[in-house]
Amino acid sequence: MADLSINIAGLHFKNPVTTASGTFGYGDEFREFIDLGRLGGIFVKAVTGKNRNGNAYPRMAETPAGMLNSVGLQNKGIDHFCREIYPKIMNFDTHIIVNVSGSTVEEYVEVAERINELEKVPAIELNISCPNVKLGGMAFGTVPAMATEVTAAVRKVYKKVLMVKLSPNVTSITDLAKAVTDGGADVITLINTLLGMAIDAEQRRPVLSTITGGLSGPAIKPVALRMVWQVHKAVNIPVVGLGGIMNATDAIEFIIAGASAVQVGTANFIDPAISVKIVDGIEDYLNRHRIGSVSELVGVLRTE
Amino acid sequence: MEIKKVVRDLQVVHSIRLNQRHFILDLQSPDTLPLILPGQFAQVLVADSPSTFLRRPFSIHSVDYSRNSFRLLIQIRGEGTRHLSELTEGDLLNIIFPLGNSFSLPATKEVLLVGGGAGVAPLLFFAQLLSQNHIHPTILLGFRTKEEVSEIEEYSKYGKVLITTDDGTEGEKGMVINHSVFRSGLPGFKKIYSCGPAAMMKAVAGIAREHNTDCEVSLENTMACGFGVCLCCITPTDKGNERVCVEGPVFNAGRITW
Repeated sequence: MADLSINIAGLHFKNPVTTASGTFGYGDEFREFIDLGRLGGIFVKAVTGKNRNGNAYPRMAETPAGMLNSVGLQNKGIDHFCREIYPKIMNFDTHIIVNVSGSTVEEYVEVAERINELEKVPAIELNISCPNVKLGGMAFGTVPAMATEVTAAVRKVYKKVLMVKLSPNVTSITDLAKAVTDGGADVITLINTLLGMAIDAEQRRPVLSTITGGLSGPAIKPVALRMVWQVHKAVNIPVVGLGGIMNATDAIEFIIAGASAVQVGTANFIDPAISVKIVDGIEDYLNRHRIGSVSELVGVLRTE
Repeated sequence: MEIKKVVRDLQVVHSIRLNQRHFILDLQSPDTLPLILPGQFAQVLVADSPSTFLRRPFSIHSVDYSRNSFRLLIQIRGEGTRHLSELTEGDLLNIIFPLGNSFSLPATKEVLLVGGGAGVAPLLFFAQLLSQNHIHPTILLGFRTKEEVSEIEEYSKYGKVLITTDDGTEGEKGMVINHSVFRSGLPGFKKIYSCGPAAMMKAVAGIAREHNTDCEVSLENTMACGFGVCLCCITPTDKGNERVCVEGPVFNAGRITW
């Protein structure tokens, strides 16, 4: 039986399958469909300093092999998270990793400081890449100097595993990867959504209220794979890969490219049990190939 | 009450073509059906359709627990629904159901149901439940044209049916909101339930408000997951954004920020 466990920046994961922020709520809604204890971890919905209502409806559009969203970080803020949500999820038998967002360095720092106090949260994922917010979000994720600045500021106050989630809407993903590594990140997660647009031809209007939004789903997988591979070669810290993973084979491809773990996102909407099926599929692959442990598979892509 | 949601492959028992744009799928579950209430919907996976990706949501049209079956009334709008219209007996559909909340039982017998377009779907199920509770609603249904008027016999089992067609080929001419039942000051109705295009429901909600009549609407916002996690289907209410797939699709009309 293959060993699915993997150590990422000192944090032990029972397996490399986690779920992506914004696609899994805080875990609760999925308890009807799967045993959360089968997952390596859950990246919960983004938490910001204050309550955010998010963008106006419509917030989504179906696109070929994917979808656009412009949810806009709707959440009730850090106070509500600590008081109402954390107590309900802290005892799930899987890592709860909190996605942290903000429009100013101060906001990121404030939220990170508060999450640092939560004993059962072993890591945060700094969301510097959300493309849906007018202020801050986009800029941090696309300018290396700002990416370093926000990572370093959070690093000062956050004592546990600091993951930073990169935006793909940049000219050089490796520049951003190096920037956040310089800022003190322990892990890089990538990719967030690609900036896209949908038009209703009959109405001659954009489908999304915000005109543009974030593209996710199988359509972005080739871009995500390419970026995971490039970043894995460019930095020495572990990488977690996401972007269009729909099945175990997709997940394996990301691991081969250099990801130590994966996040399953949009696929959860199609099949709420997909994350567990992917865990089983990875185990099956390892057994078929007589590979003893998933950690042996990380970054083994042969290019000669 | 927490209603159990399931993900299951259901078998098409038959597909009934009502007219050019509408058909009914009668679907049977291999296992006992969970409890389903009128107003709830199902998320249907359209497989083998290269241009569709997300599930398609449809209100539950009727339920037959003795056969572990339910029906979906579907309007053909695009690739996904066109593909579903071609399914035949024995085909399998993977469905997540039942989703959302339900119409609440009224505290009065003076009930008006108003439906337009594909929105009529949950009203048959609800009319059946009302009838079981000794309430016989007036059922106002709007269609485009005579060719699309369908299932009137079914609805008539549960209450008095009034019809409008856009082109006047059957019933009163115009949209449901133009029907004489509204012009005569909403005679005696103490509760209205409405389901259909947003503009129609907004207009019905407005009339209900004018006459101080309680009104529930079932919204049709576009959605990705259908079970509360993506936050795409929200509607603004007096308590902030609420999810049409969890806190809805049925809402008290007065709470919606139209």
